[in-house]
Amino acid sequence: MSAAPGPATPVPVVAPAPPAGRFKAAGNALEIRDVSVYYGDVHAVKNVSLDIPTRAIVAMIGPSGCGKSTLLRSLNRMNDLVVSARVEGQVLFRGENLIGRGVDPVEVRRRIGMVFQKPNPFPKSIYDNVAFGPRINGMPGDMDEIVETSLRQAALWEEVKHRLRESALGLSGGQQQRLCIARALAVKPEILLLDEPASALDPIATAKIEELLKELQREYTIVIVTHNMQQAARVSDLTAFMYLGRLMEYNVTDDIFTNPRVRETEDYITGRFG
Amino acid sequence: MTAQLPTAGFRDPEFARRLGRRHRAGTWYKWICFAAAAVGVLTLAVLLTDVLIDGARRLSPEFLSSFPSRRPESAGIKAALWGSIWMISLTALMAFPLGVGAAIYLEEYAARNWLNRLIEVNIANLAGVPSIVYGLLGLELFVRALGFGRSLLAGSATMALLILPVIIIASREAIRAVPGSIREASYALGASRWQTTRHHVLPSAFAGILTGTILALSRAIGETAPLIMIGALTFIAFVPEGVLDPFTALPIQIFNWVSRPQPGFHVNAAAGILVLLAVLLLMNSVAIVLRNRFQRKW
Ligand SMILES: Nc1ncnc2c1ncn2[C@@H]1O[C@H](COP(=O)(O)OP(=O)(O)O)[C@@H](O)[C@H]1O
Ligand SMILES: [Mg+2]
Repeated sequence: MSAAPGPATPVPVVAPAPPAGRFKAAGNALEIRDVSVYYGDVHAVKNVSLDIPTRAIVAMIGPSGCGKSTLLRSLNRMNDLVVSARVEGQVLFRGENLIGRGVDPVEVRRRIGMVFQKPNPFPKSIYDNVAFGPRINGMPGDMDEIVETSLRQAALWEEVKHRLRESALGLSGGQQQRLCIARALAVKPEILLLDEPASALDPIATAKIEELLKELQREYTIVIVTHNMQQAARVSDLTAFMYLGRLMEYNVTDDIFTNPRVRETEDYITGRFG
Repeated sequence: MTAQLPTAGFRDPEFARRLGRRHRAGTWYKWICFAAAAVGVLTLAVLLTDVLIDGARRLSPEFLSSFPSRRPESAGIKAALWGSIWMISLTALMAFPLGVGAAIYLEEYAARNWLNRLIEVNIANLAGVPSIVYGLLGLELFVRALGFGRSLLAGSATMALLILPVIIIASREAIRAVPGSIREASYALGASRWQTTRHHVLPSAFAGILTGTILALSRAIGETAPLIMIGALTFIAFVPEGVLDPFTALPIQIFNWVSRPQPGFHVNAAAGILVLLAVLLLMNSVAIVLRNRFQRKW
């Protein structure tokens, strides 16, 4: 990112909870409280607080390097795997602080699934990709059924039902990404985190993923990082705009795009930087 | 910056002259590198032909199935061949789990602190320690202190120590080559560190680990110095039946025959070298077959 306009450390203006009318009743799936992430001395995410309502699709946008992925990865403890990373603050999930010392990251990751930017299927069969999570987590039930349900949920079943035993690496990029979504759903998480899931895909595959997210919203809370503002506008209910590690604005998606309250947001969505 | 286009036609004489020079330099380098490669291949070819001419006529089933003898015509390589096979199997049994375990620890578990860095540096250094030094260590530690005597067990343990650094280094390379995105995918599904290692890292790294191990074992089967050091005997008229039996090995038998004055024994030595080379080639082919098999699992 080049030549950031305005003050070096912009001051966040917007409160953690958005005026999320239709989501109020369902409560919050996640409450992020004053979360900071450091990589060594680099302060990558700065005191972010926001509420993620249950069964909402929340988009995180912002120029590259502003800390979207870092914030997302601290929600399911993936940052534990980065040696230099240190996370402070609280991520409340059903009243428990997921970042707390007594919480096992393995448990967190089973409850909060993640899909990555580049499709990363295991070099195994389609079936084994989906079955891996349920197997290692010792989930009860008929495995064939779990695999079929998950693939159906990811809108992939019809395309792969005749080749479940074939390598997942033979699928197209878009199919691979939907397989990764199916794989994440197979362990029955409550929240799904997606980090630019369509950035490596063509427009048709992207449209399929977006349609799928809308479908999944009935059962899951979804947080999606995207650098594509049209995508955020198309799929999300709420949008969080991040800038230089801070949460600048968090609001109902329509409002963010039609009536941004912060100058940086406006600059970003009108394409003045990023 | 736009290049100056030649005004008259396609050819630019100045450029063409320089291009000619560049092509000539390329040709020269090609031949120099070819010569460098040829030195190695030619040496090997000459060596092989020489040994083949000397030893091929001595190769026979009897040669493989006879014990050493005072008369070169009736001396065979049975004890040494079986000694080597025993030794290499025991060595593999000890070195493989230790080496792979150490590599997994260093790559997947170890924090980047001074202790682990110290271990890493030491392993790299150990790979360069002359084998005779391992022989001394084996003599003191296994033969004397642990009381294994001049046995197969002492020899194999010494060899295992000798090739351990190589196995660790090769396994670490193979483990490091497994893309981080596969690990992330596994962790994100709620897999523990061991489950991730066991189900994804090791299967992906297996081909590399196996190749490294077999190449390390081929080095061990040709090693002589440490075995002489721990006193593997040269005149043994039986096949080992247990790990505490005394033994001899192919390179020792060859060394012994070469140092005899009778020309008949020199022929035996050449034939012994052929047997040793055959064993080596066999092991390397197994390495290649296994690598291809595990690499193309899909
Ligand atoms: N593993 C890491 N080690 C050190 N710094 C990192 C690491 N990952 C990200 N960063 C830094 O943290 C900041 C935020 O990065 P990131 O969260 O990936 O941004 P975004 O996803 O918004 O593009 C950047 O300055 C980046 O260089
Ligand atoms: Mg990112």
